[in-house]
Amino acid sequence: MPDPKPGIEFMQGNDACTEGALAAGLRFFAGYPITPSTEITERLAHRLPEKGGVFLQMEDELACISAIVGASWGGAKAMTTTSGPGFSLMQEGIGYAAMTETPIVIVDVMRGGPSTGQPTMATQADVMQVKWGSHGDYQVIALAPFSVQESYDLTVEAFNLSEKYRVPAILLSDAEIAHMRGRIMIPERIDLVERKELCSDGSGRAYDIPDALVPPFATFGHGHRSFVTGMTHSPEGNIAPEDEKTQEELVIRLNEKILKNQKDISRFEIINPDAKKFVITYGSSALAAKEIAIEDRSIGLLRLKTIWPLPEEQILDVAQRARSILVVEMNMGQLVREIQRLACSIGCRSVRFMSKLGGDAPRKGDILPTLARMEG
Amino acid sequence: MAIRFEDFFRVDRLPHVFCPGCGIGVVMNCFFRAFNESGMNLKDTVFTGGIGCSARLPMYINGDMLHTTHGRAIPFATGLKMANPKLNVVVFAGDGDIGAIGGNHLINGCRRNVDLTVICINNNTYGMTGGQMSTTTPHGYLSSTSPEGNPEYPFDLSKLAAAAGANYVARWTVRHVHELVRSMEKALQKKGFAFIEVVATCPTGFGRRNKMGDPTQQLEWLKSISVRKERIKDEEMDQMDLNMQGLISVGEFVDRDRPSLHEILGRKVGRDAP
Repeated sequence: MPDPKPGIEFMQGNDACTEGALAAGLRFFAGYPITPSTEITERLAHRLPEKGGVFLQMEDELACISAIVGASWGGAKAMTTTSGPGFSLMQEGIGYAAMTETPIVIVDVMRGGPSTGQPTMATQADVMQVKWGSHGDYQVIALAPFSVQESYDLTVEAFNLSEKYRVPAILLSDAEIAHMRGRIMIPERIDLVERKELCSDGSGRAYDIPDALVPPFATFGHGHRSFVTGMTHSPEGNIAPEDEKTQEELVIRLNEKILKNQKDISRFEIINPDAKKFVITYGSSALAAKEIAIEDRSIGLLRLKTIWPLPEEQILDVAQRARSILVVEMNMGQLVREIQRLACSIGCRSVRFMSKLGGDAPRKGDILPTLARMEG
Repeated sequence: MAIRFEDFFRVDRLPHVFCPGCGIGVVMNCFFRAFNESGMNLKDTVFTGGIGCSARLPMYINGDMLHTTHGRAIPFATGLKMANPKLNVVVFAGDGDIGAIGGNHLINGCRRNVDLTVICINNNTYGMTGGQMSTTTPHGYLSSTSPEGNPEYPFDLSKLAAAAGANYVARWTVRHVHELVRSMEKALQKKGFAFIEVVATCPTGFGRRNKMGDPTQQLEWLKSISVRKERIKDEEMDQMDLNMQGLISVGEFVDRDRPSLHEILGRKVGRDAP
């Protein structure tokens, strides 16, 4: 299967994600079959070995996430894909990757839950799990595509951000986007970010330069005597599980390296910025909302591509100008609480919520009646 | 040229965490000798482990070190080795790490036959958390979570690894230092998945509760219960290791050369790996 040529193609969301990963320099993939993400695994089983990379099917999702962390320390850009039940199993490894600052990409194609739920139907109910799923205080980067095009583009972004910030980056797709077929423009060239390698100064430190928020990466086999551990460690890599100061400094840095770079990580689309009624949404919930905003200039749309860290600046900006905000999500209300918190902090109390459950993305008819009742 | 002791170990990390009489020190010593004999170099070798006393061993070796999550060292090592086949990857794991929480990864690792050296230090207990029963605690033996004696039957990890498809499987106790060094050399050279089980002393977690609080008592016990596999009739073998009540077999159980996964996937794999 050759690389898609630059220009217009027609493909499925999951295939676009696969091609995005390959274009971003994916070298190692470990997967476990699970609906609705399996197309990515199957396509990579062909495509990755062709391109000189490694494809492995592991025994479970715990092994998948572990294998890609190992591969990343071997110097490869690495990815796994899954859906809710597998994503739950991966939380252990996500926490480990956050603690060891390992660049990895995880594609979570969200399906209805809890538990086995709706394997072929969409949801957006993993939005808080992505943020809080593993134990301890940590940050990840999560991006939510809304089209076939973005399944490609945001996969590339996930790799770039993961490499830049040495952090797990999660593509939060869903069954709707994953199985949607549509037009995609394969770019002529894309800008790639590579992790910053630690200089071989013989100091043998995996965690160097304590005053930098993102330390350089000490790839195995390069003579660094890397010391990589999920235990509390000092910048030099010494374990110090009972040292209060080490724990505090480490956890603060792991969080600040993402939160202080919110602006750089935030990706969003805004339509009708001067509107007084605003919809804030993301992923497949934005499909109908975008149509509404295009047709009606009195309705604004803030569509989040970056979910975590939350693009607070843009949300505050909308809350400042709009009289009322409608948050649309395919869950019982997850991101809406964050948006309410932000809006309340500057006195905007009119934040409504529209929940769409069942597995299908909300349609215009689901959203319009609520919008009509809102203050504008 | 042989690597000096003080260059092989991260002496700056001393004192270590192991208790007096712990078998891990013997394993470290044997491994140092075997590594030197094998002619490998530290720069190209990654030492990894999961969680537990045995998985702490890599922290004292002067190569790259990956201290992973509990039970998952084999899949971490699998990803690492397949992504960069130039590296030698050695896993140190305890019986809790590899026989219980990581049991699925062990058998699938053996089946997958990636070129790894896995050394399981089996001390029959969870040492780091204070001596709970593990999947290898002999039937009837005491632990902090089997105060009336272990009601369950243990795994025979070596037979498990052999049945699951490893290319090399050997079991020794910390009393068999010369045999252990030779097996480690073989395992390091072996293409494919090599598994060594070292039955080790844990006077603090296991011995004390089982009337072997003095490390020498546990060493004597290990000596008295181990029988070379060549001296055991086939029909006796299964009975013998199933409950470890009486005797355990030691020796080389498997030494074969099925092509490793990397060899099977051929030159394509990791072609441009860094």
